Amino acid sequence: MAETSVESQASTPGQGTAGARTNIGLLQRLEWVRGYLLMTPTILLMCGLLIAPLASLFLRSFWTQHGFDIDKTFTLHNYWELIAPSDEATYWLGIPFPLKNPAYAIVIVKSLLISFGATIAVILIAYPMAYFLAFRLVRHKMLWLIIITIPFWTSYLLRVFAWKIILGYNGVINSGLIYLGLIDKPLDFLLYNPFAVIVTLAHAWVAYAILPIYVSLEKIDRSLLEAATDLGNRPWERFLHVTLPLSLPGVIASTLMVFIPTVGDYVTPSLVGGPTGVMVGNTIQSLFGQRNDGPLGAALSAVVMLIVTLLVCLFLWAVGYRKMQKREA
Amino acid sequence: MPRRWDFFTFYGLGFVVFLYTPVLLLPLFSFNDSIFAIFPLKGFTLNAYHQLADDTKLLGAVRNSVVVGICVSVISTAFGLLAAMAVTRYRLPGKGPIVGTIMLPLVIPSIILGVALLVLVRQVFDIELSLWCVGAGHVLLCVPFSMLVLMSRLEGFDKNLEEAAMDLGENGWMTFWRVTFPLALPGVISSLLMSFTTSFDEYVLAFFLSGIDQTLPIYLWSMLRFPQRLPITLALGSSILIISTIIVVISEIMRRRGVQSAKPTGL
Repeated sequence: MAETSVESQASTPGQGTAGARTNIGLLQRLEWVRGYLLMTPTILLMCGLLIAPLASLFLRSFWTQHGFDIDKTFTLHNYWELIAPSDEATYWLGIPFPLKNPAYAIVIVKSLLISFGATIAVILIAYPMAYFLAFRLVRHKMLWLIIITIPFWTSYLLRVFAWKIILGYNGVINSGLIYLGLIDKPLDFLLYNPFAVIVTLAHAWVAYAILPIYVSLEKIDRSLLEAATDLGNRPWERFLHVTLPLSLPGVIASTLMVFIPTVGDYVTPSLVGGPTGVMVGNTIQSLFGQRNDGPLGAALSAVVMLIVTLLVCLFLWAVGYRKMQKREA
Repeated sequence: MPRRWDFFTFYGLGFVVFLYTPVLLLPLFSFNDSIFAIFPLKGFTLNAYHQLADDTKLLGAVRNSVVVGICVSVISTAFGLLAAMAVTRYRLPGKGPIVGTIMLPLVIPSIILGVALLVLVRQVFDIELSLWCVGAGHVLLCVPFSMLVLMSRLEGFDKNLEEAAMDLGENGWMTFWRVTFPLALPGVISSLLMSFTTSFDEYVLAFFLSGIDQTLPIYLWSMLRFPQRLPITLALGSSILIISTIIVVISEIMRRRGVQSAKPTGL
């Protein structure tokens, strides 16, 4: 960096206007060259640790596993495994899956539904909290924000494990209710089902959702709210017509921040899901592990990422995200 | 505290209770004299903690996690700082897609990052799995965090300070060490601490990429499967929670103080 700055200083003096103009061009070019020089290590790192692994995973999805050997001829066999049709339909939640291996499609749909449920719960819980932080809190804002953010950074494993203790057969809720004399024997429907996964995911991710909503609420010009009141809006109308629409960008950001990573969550379904609460992350893990079919696991990963990307694009299009961005600009 | 006590105030307090109760049950039951986490509480004991202190395998896992965490935090903060400086100090064509790509690990499920790295390490390069691989995976996760923290810190202070140093005859390197770095320091410390806790608590990547040497979360996971070891598990979990909470609180205070002093009134 030192050398480039010396060069640019040396080339400046003693030249005419035409020279000065090309110099400005040169400087600008140098500016982005220098920027890229600074950026290069991180770009290379990301190529090595992100692009290369994802590319080799994707490549692998076109190969096939035979026992311990890998057949490297290009084939769409793994993708066909996932969607091969069959005459007989398997039903799950009343939805027909006319596939040869319906387990994959079912586990994907189930993961999306569980994730969707958790995301809705998270937004419903987080919004009033963000509203409280942005509009009701006057002092000690920093303290509250830190209190909200601490769980965000502490062990995910332990936050999930805590729910296993709470919901378990010999758990906190059951023993508490028995102790209070409200039930005679433990309730066995609390743990090891999709509902337990949704509750746990919602609790584990809710802290992530508050900040984006809070920021978008905090940015709202307070005079707009006064104007709405002056024009005769009641508080509830004012919320629906002014506050809620203006905070939508934050809500959208939170929705994506929770939905995208939870679809592929592994820890939560493993600890509290039981056999019925299995999600696609578990299936991918077992394909790479016990079932020793990495290529099929790679294909499943690719399909999941594709579906999530499509859903996200569809969602952004449906809520008119582009229009929203333009309005903000 | 709020201006008046209305629905939202109660909601806010209720929310904090909801957020913390499940986690606080771990330390509560870790002191309870019973092998189940059930009410009513039986009595106070430190047995589980004594057993923890005698566990040599655990100590090994703690050491591994600390070493990996320190390396990861230094490396990812260095890369994050370079990238954050490039993005905030220079107009880069194609900045959006580059930053977007660097942020991808934040949204890709870690199970997919895990298997992708596993394929690269084992089947493309055929390297033995080790703590080095775990570290590499954690760097991938932490660079986006570091970059975000440092970007907001670097955007916060006046670029003229750096230009002034240059005009006064400092070269680029000295300007960095005597102006940019000291001003970015709260962000740097916050990034180091956040990366450390992220690595210290991370399970999925470590599960795929570690060889014989275990990290703490892997050891913890192996304990979770044995119900009869619940008291020790709770004691270990509580200790981990306390350590990471302390680190996070320091990091948050540094980060927010950084943002605050960056306001024009503070300069």
